Amino acid sequence: MNIEKLKRHSQCQWYIEPEGAMRVPAIIFADEKLIKDMDEKVFEQAANVAKLPGIVRASYAMPDAHWGYGFPIGGVAGFDPDQGGVISAGGVGFDISCGVRSIRTGVTCDELEPVKTKLADLLARRIPAGLGSRSKQHLSRDEMDEMLKGGAQWAVEQGFGTKDDLQYIEEKGRLPGAEPKYVSDRAKERQKDEVGTLGSGNHYLEVQKVSQIYDADSAEIFGLHLNDIVVSIHCGSRGLGHQIATDFLPRMVKSAQKFGIELPERELACAPIDSDVGREYFGAMSCGANCAVANRQVLTHLVRKVFSEILPKSNLHLLYDVSHNICKVEEHTVDGKSRRLYVHRKGATRAFGPGHPSLPADLKKAGQPVLIGGTMGTASYVLAGTEKSMSLSFGSCCHGAGRAMSRTQATKKWHGKDILRDLAQRGVIIRGASTRGIAEEAPGAYKDVGEVVDATDKAELAKKVAKLEPLICVKG
Amino acid sequence: MQRTEDSVQKTAYRLNAERCTLNLVILMRKTYWQHYSHPADMGIRGVGPTKEQAFAQAALALTAIITDLQKVVPRELVEIICQEQDDELLFVSWLNALIYEIATRGMLFSKFEVNIANNQLSAKAWGEKIDVKKHSPTVEVKAATYADLKVQQNKNGSWLVQCIVDV
Repeated sequence: MNIEKLKRHSQCQWYIEPEGAMRVPAIIFADEKLIKDMDEKVFEQAANVAKLPGIVRASYAMPDAHWGYGFPIGGVAGFDPDQGGVISAGGVGFDISCGVRSIRTGVTCDELEPVKTKLADLLARRIPAGLGSRSKQHLSRDEMDEMLKGGAQWAVEQGFGTKDDLQYIEEKGRLPGAEPKYVSDRAKERQKDEVGTLGSGNHYLEVQKVSQIYDADSAEIFGLHLNDIVVSIHCGSRGLGHQIATDFLPRMVKSAQKFGIELPERELACAPIDSDVGREYFGAMSCGANCAVANRQVLTHLVRKVFSEILPKSNLHLLYDVSHNICKVEEHTVDGKSRRLYVHRKGATRAFGPGHPSLPADLKKAGQPVLIGGTMGTASYVLAGTEKSMSLSFGSCCHGAGRAMSRTQATKKWHGKDILRDLAQRGVIIRGASTRGIAEEAPGAYKDVGEVVDATDKAELAKKVAKLEPLICVKG
Repeated sequence: MQRTEDSVQKTAYRLNAERCTLNLVILMRKTYWQHYSHPADMGIRGVGPTKEQAFAQAALALTAIITDLQKVVPRELVEIICQEQDDELLFVSWLNALIYEIATRGMLFSKFEVNIANNQLSAKAWGEKIDVKKHSPTVEVKAATYADLKVQQNKNGSWLVQCIVDV
């Protein structure tokens, strides 16, 4: 990105001052290297979001921002329903409530080592992943509606996990605004055999080791110690979420004209929060969010069973579960006043600071665990929300590495088999993916997640707590 | 004299016919699909002498994201109908209808016949059930998007359709 067009407010804050139809500034959080490497589309898309009705304070882009659909990936924006604010299907994206869940296992690296291959094989057999895989849970229409209303709470009631798990999921595993009647039959049909499936693309299930601790006090509160084994799951609302977005985008494109909303690009499709289509989308999207956490809850159950068979000593406890493609109703202080906003995070993670009322008692002192997914060859990170992020970005930070190279470029540059061999030499076992899929997901095709996390820490959006390196990676 | 004029006329007709054939050959050759780069996802493009053929080519590009087209035997027929207010929305609806059939029937498609009239599309798609061992699917397509969306007729008369799909 050409930084001459930006005004630097601090080491990691770059402003696009309002011009033309922009109602507020756009603020990009990044260090100088990341912002120079960022594509120009981020500038255009962050500025476009700033043009939407009812936007409050600013349109934000996180350090991993890149070209998205309407919103940049890594975009955050809050809208006030009392000021004509909008809700945007494009601002949530096609994988509603895609997110990361990390689970402590009570097992150390040394204890895992002798059974590592056995564990990888059994996980690959038991976790349905990729196109053509089916869940063992077939849901009838009534069960589907219960799942969409209940989210992870529904999953726990069905015997997938414990009530204790729910404390460590955003909104305790259930968004209250879910309205299954606004979810189409086609979306429900797409989901009937997909509860507890991983999906494909950049989704994964990883067995990781804690390879570095940056903040000993917060790590202690999160229960993370050097060489501990952690399981992380990255996936979303599967076919249901994709279909909800597919159903609502054209509706919002068509209704925008009626509401007099000028869309700089069609993917920015949105509607007033206080309108039929806006309300219906919020009800349906909340179902998508519940579906995603139910999905990760069922997957957690499958992981627990596998661990109990191979490592009977293990004891799996949720560290936390975050959603990074979502719109939520949150209270934020703006100009000294508390306001109820519809906060969109498109490829951005909620990062509430210490003492936030939504956090469980044992995590309050450290702030919300923020889970940042890396690639199968690099690392993932655990961060903690800061007090400052509440005023900087509505309590939001980055979500992952972000691609540096397209899938087509990656397949030209790498062969899946070479990547598998290199990773095996470094002790990383990959299971489940096709060789072309591995080439498309090559670690080198992503930005350096370490740089993204460092910039996030420097910008005080969240602070680094621990680094997690992959040992086993199951992909679809 | 008359004979010479006839001969010139005939030569002109022949040349014209040859030019038409040549144009047709060029147009026929211009029936193809391709993938193009997008930072996070994948762009698909279909080109053909008619809008319908371009739509069908883009559908081949969609399947080719998931697997090698040669591996998909067109043995089973699925019929698809969709309607939209303009060509661009119709193109995205067409791809999303296919994505829905792939997801719910667990099928992949490798042969298409598309008809479009009055913003309504009716199509036949032939394919077979997904066999993970045989097709080794690379990735699941989540949705077709409005990003980089084009349905346009080029100066030479051929049609180009494209958009980014979310994978």
